[in-house]
Amino acid sequence: MKAAPFDYVRVSCFEEMQEIFAAHGDDAQVIAGGQSLIPAMAMRMARPSVLLDIAGLPGLSGIEDTGDAIRIGAMARYVDLRESALLATHVPLIRDAVALIAHEAIRSRGTIGGNLAHADPASEMPAVVQALDARIDIRGPEGQRSVPAAEFFLGTYAVDLAPGEIIVSVTVPKAPAGRLSGIQEFVRRSGDYASAGGAFVLDVENGRIAAARLACFGVCDRAVLAEQAAATLVGQELAALDPEPAVKALASEIEPTADLHNGPATKRHLIGVLTKRLLADMVSRSGKAHG
Amino acid sequence: MDSVFPITLTLNGRTVTHDAPQRMTLADFLRQTVGLTATHIGCEHGVCGACTVYVDGRIARGCLMFAIQAEGCDIRTLEGLADDERMQALQKHFHARNALQCGFCTSGMLLTAHQYLGSQEEPSREEAREYLSGNYCRCTGYQAIVEATLAASDELAAKAGCKDEEAGRAEA
Ligand SMILES: Cc1cc2nc3c(=O)[nH]c(=O)nc-3n(C[C@H](O)[C@H](O)[C@H](O)COP(=O)(O)OP(=O)(O)OC[C@H]3O[C@@H](n4cnc5c(N)ncnc54)[C@H](O)[C@@H]3O)c2cc1C
Ligand code: FES
Ligand code: FES
Repeated sequence: MKAAPFDYVRVSCFEEMQEIFAAHGDDAQVIAGGQSLIPAMAMRMARPSVLLDIAGLPGLSGIEDTGDAIRIGAMARYVDLRESALLATHVPLIRDAVALIAHEAIRSRGTIGGNLAHADPASEMPAVVQALDARIDIRGPEGQRSVPAAEFFLGTYAVDLAPGEIIVSVTVPKAPAGRLSGIQEFVRRSGDYASAGGAFVLDVENGRIAAARLACFGVCDRAVLAEQAAATLVGQELAALDPEPAVKALASEIEPTADLHNGPATKRHLIGVLTKRLLADMVSRSGKAHG
Repeated sequence: MDSVFPITLTLNGRTVTHDAPQRMTLADFLRQTVGLTATHIGCEHGVCGACTVYVDGRIARGCLMFAIQAEGCDIRTLEGLADDERMQALQKHFHARNALQCGFCTSGMLLTAHQYLGSQEEPSREEAREYLSGNYCRCTGYQAIVEATLAASDELAAKAGCKDEEAGRAEA
């Protein structure tokens, strides 16, 4: 359970990082919080020959207001997300998600950039950024680009990052007035990766659902948006919301994949139950907020 | 043999420099290089919590950090909390309630409980259970650990109450 030998470099600028990537290719790997990479190295599932510590790279930290959106630096840790007043006001779903991720001693080091790049199919944050219609901001040898979160996740541990590219930030639109959001999951133990989970956003206008984004995690080979299920909610009156059409649509549009403990049929069942619970919870919380 | 690099950090309040290989974890560094063995090592991949230490004022997994990443950091281990009032209360109640058997998980439990009590005005059983759920104990069944944590919290609150009263009287 000890990592194989490697060279450790604290890079201080992008140019230095690009030079190392150019010289070492895939043998060089970025380390952020290390909360997924170090276990993988300990088990020798990852064997980078050069570790690039990006903690000192400029522009990767901080959570800032850019007007219509909040820009979260890739190196923002879970504890930073939870304690950010900006996020609490404008995107509370992120804070709610942190409470479900791992444990305090891991939340103190794990970063949002590392989480999204790692792309565990049962991880909360890849679903959250899709539900929030966030953009992933990327920088690499070819310069900068930005991808909608819904296009960033390609499969289990697979994302849209070319060699030498890193995530620099995540840009999350501020929640409009009338937005309801919520996240729930089934887990075997508190702090575990989810057996099935949902991160939902409903935008309500004059008591009716005007837009819905339902992201599921721990169900398929990656976090996915259930678009057909979301469509069944649009136009419904919030107070009389009927979840059944959404549950039906969800069951047919997703392709669950088994994990160590649950097969596809169980996952399909769990996400249906969870969808009903989460929608009911969101509706009841909105009732309390207004009444 | 791996080559070694000098690592300078603040350890339990003192600035120290020790040589370590790049792939050595902070937990191994503390135990083998420095000789501080209160920090235990169980799973070596982040799941058990035996290796919990404070890094820059927050608990972290000592096995999920390379020592070389701790350059310039402020590290505090259980040894460095020997004179801390909150830690002493926790130790007393862990002892009184048999919140340990083999003791392997104990330092990690104590540090986690220490941060929990330090971060919460009014600790609750439910929250304490959630907070401690990242630490594995194979002996006690957790009940006594949660009880001891809450008992320490009550004692500390009672003491703080007395101090407030004294301060109030002194002012009057
Ligand atoms: C016991 C335990 C329980 C956990 N439970 C959960 C859980 O319930 N839910 C959950 O979501 N996660 C969980 N995790 C994983 C944790 O959330 C990780 O912190 C996170 O997945 C990775 O973030 P990191 O900053 O630690 O990244 P690292 O471990 O440093 O890196 C992870 C990967 O991302 C790459 N990378 C890092 N930063 C960037 C970047 N900016 N750009 C491009 N690539 C980058 C690295 O090269 C590596 O491949 C758990 C971990 C442990 C040890
Ligand atoms: S030894 Fe670090 S968590 Fe188990
Ligand atoms: S006392 Fe033995 S593992 Fe906790």
